[in-house]
Amino acid sequence: MTLHRLTSERFREGADEALADAELQANLARLRGNFLARRARARDSLPEFDELVDEAVGIKNHVLEHLDTYLVAFEEAVEASGGTVHWARDDAEARRIVLNICRDAGASTVTKGKTMVSEEIGLNAWLEQAGIEAVETDLGEYIVQLAGETPSHIIAPAIHKNRRQISALFNHHHTNLEDRESDDLDGLLADARQMLRGRFLAADVGITGANFLVAETGQTVIVTNEGNGDLTQLLCGVHVVLAGIEKIVPTLEDASTLLRLLARSATGQDMTSYTTFSAGPRRGEDHDGPEAFHVVLVDNGRTGLLAGPNRDLLRCIRCGCCLNACPVYAKVGGHAYGSPYSGPVGAALTPSLAGLARTSHLPNASSLCGRCEEVCPMRIPLPGILRRLRDEEAQRGASPPVMRTGLQLWSVIAARPWLYHPLTSLTTRLLALMGRRRGHLPHLPFTGAWTRTRDLASPAGATFQSRWKAGERP
Amino acid sequence: MSDARRFILSRIRETTAPGREGVATARLSQHGRNLQPGCARSSGSDLIDLFTRKAEAVQASVARVSGLEDVPSEVSRYLRGRNLPAHVAVAPHGDLETMDWTAMAITAEQRKPVDSDGCGVNRAFCAVAETGTLIMASGPDSPSTMNFLPETHIAVLKESDIVGAAEDVWDRLRASGRASAGSLPRTVNMITGVSRTGDIEQIIQTGVHGPRHLHIVLVKET
Repeated sequence: MTLHRLTSERFREGADEALADAELQANLARLRGNFLARRARARDSLPEFDELVDEAVGIKNHVLEHLDTYLVAFEEAVEASGGTVHWARDDAEARRIVLNICRDAGASTVTKGKTMVSEEIGLNAWLEQAGIEAVETDLGEYIVQLAGETPSHIIAPAIHKNRRQISALFNHHHTNLEDRESDDLDGLLADARQMLRGRFLAADVGITGANFLVAETGQTVIVTNEGNGDLTQLLCGVHVVLAGIEKIVPTLEDASTLLRLLARSATGQDMTSYTTFSAGPRRGEDHDGPEAFHVVLVDNGRTGLLAGPNRDLLRCIRCGCCLNACPVYAKVGGHAYGSPYSGPVGAALTPSLAGLARTSHLPNASSLCGRCEEVCPMRIPLPGILRRLRDEEAQRGASPPVMRTGLQLWSVIAARPWLYHPLTSLTTRLLALMGRRRGHLPHLPFTGAWTRTRDLASPAGATFQSRWKAGERP
Repeated sequence: MSDARRFILSRIRETTAPGREGVATARLSQHGRNLQPGCARSSGSDLIDLFTRKAEAVQASVARVSGLEDVPSEVSRYLRGRNLPAHVAVAPHGDLETMDWTAMAITAEQRKPVDSDGCGVNRAFCAVAETGTLIMASGPDSPSTMNFLPETHIAVLKESDIVGAAEDVWDRLRASGRASAGSLPRTVNMITGVSRTGDIEQIIQTGVHGPRHLHIVLVKET
């Protein structure tokens, strides 16, 4: 089980690069407030929001307890509609299945709606290598693909780019269109529409993800605003759906409950423009739709997650809300995480799926402020999971020696009051003395990482305990 | 049975308690509703008002006409108002086929749409007031591409087909015998407003891949 293009071991370097990149910082600043304010408005306009969250969490937990039954029911229903279900244990198996479908269809071009599983398994590179052109059609994904990058946000893949950068990309790649002289948004949009419309019409196979798989009916559900997922599946000969096994919901009623939360949490809309339920290939009398329908159910670490302590992560509906709420994501952006999944959920999910060996920085990429858990519509205890992963990392003895020795020393002192009180009181007085002139300390040994960019406030001179003992009361 | 299927199911079964399939199987056949938001429980003219308000809030326009026979004149009025050619692709639906388009000097072609069609007209299966959402069910009388290919999409909707919540749509599908695997429409599209994106600098732009304009012609019952 691997995640494609995993570079999480470079988190520190990636974060430093992101912080030093003024253009990226300006681009990321647009995220702040925007999504979260819209989410808050959408939440406030639905009085039942919190109750719906409780129900949704219940549905997802119920599904995880009966996942085998629902997957089998889903498979039967897809087959009854004339579709085919494939099972993939890992990324390599999923890639092979999709490639075989494309080869059987004699495909030379594939259009793609947004799918995170495709990013997980590195599908595009694999298809290209086999001589099949894969074209991303979600505008953000298209931009990122032209740039040879990976998406930096689950629902806003190109959030790290501005119109000037996008305009330059279009000029470079759209060689059949006239060069653009300005970066006006309407022009950029018209270019993308024209280029991609041609792609939709020419594609042999259309690949989409799935936000939900309905066990009752065998329908796969996608949620988009652009309509690209629809043109992808309606204009090609073969529709392939890539989905993680945890996307199952029992009934259409359950899907409806989750839909009330998904768009509100993601973009602050009541509903996205297009929510599409697809079942099998086109029927005999239909005028359009694909001739064949395949669903690839992907495990790729999920059954391991199900058996472990972090199974709450399988409730995630990929709304991206925790990314928008995270102060760390807001500064370092998505690429620093070196995984298809960034932000708090990425920091928790990536090590849980791919193991801690290469991802040990990620659980530390959080201040544990708790905003992610607060906004999560699936009530995933992200800070708790990150804390557990840090613990696991420490148990493995894989954290840096300086950190381990430091923490061991600290625990020796903190567990012995006769040692702790004199030491802290001495340190406090010393620091207060050093900073008495300015009230803060611009430099201090061993704290370079902190004082490089800001001053250290100097303490008041006495510890809380000594002041309490002396009779002071708040 | 493939090895992968066996592997995945047995890994899952290591985590689930045995002998509990009954609970899941029962849920699949019961169609139990979860919490319905208060606003989805309106009825009558409140439903129509709520639907109209919600649809207009997502850049759709809504016009009310008193009968199906008035649809061509409303379409003509709309196209002229937007300075668009009087040329439409019309879904081969019984309600739309019998309309007199020529009287309004509209060239109407009954067929599935092609890339060059500027405007497409089709008939909505029903609509959800809670969110201002049109429900389009694919079939011989309703090509799904009509919802996406033309830049202007005109949907004809009967007032009595406006329901409160999405759950009411599923009940309607079940009642019409089209909700079980094998009888389902290939595609059920829930359409809430026009095609849009915020992918460039978080600024909302409309008409990315699908329609730039969505006009809903709401037909009173006769």
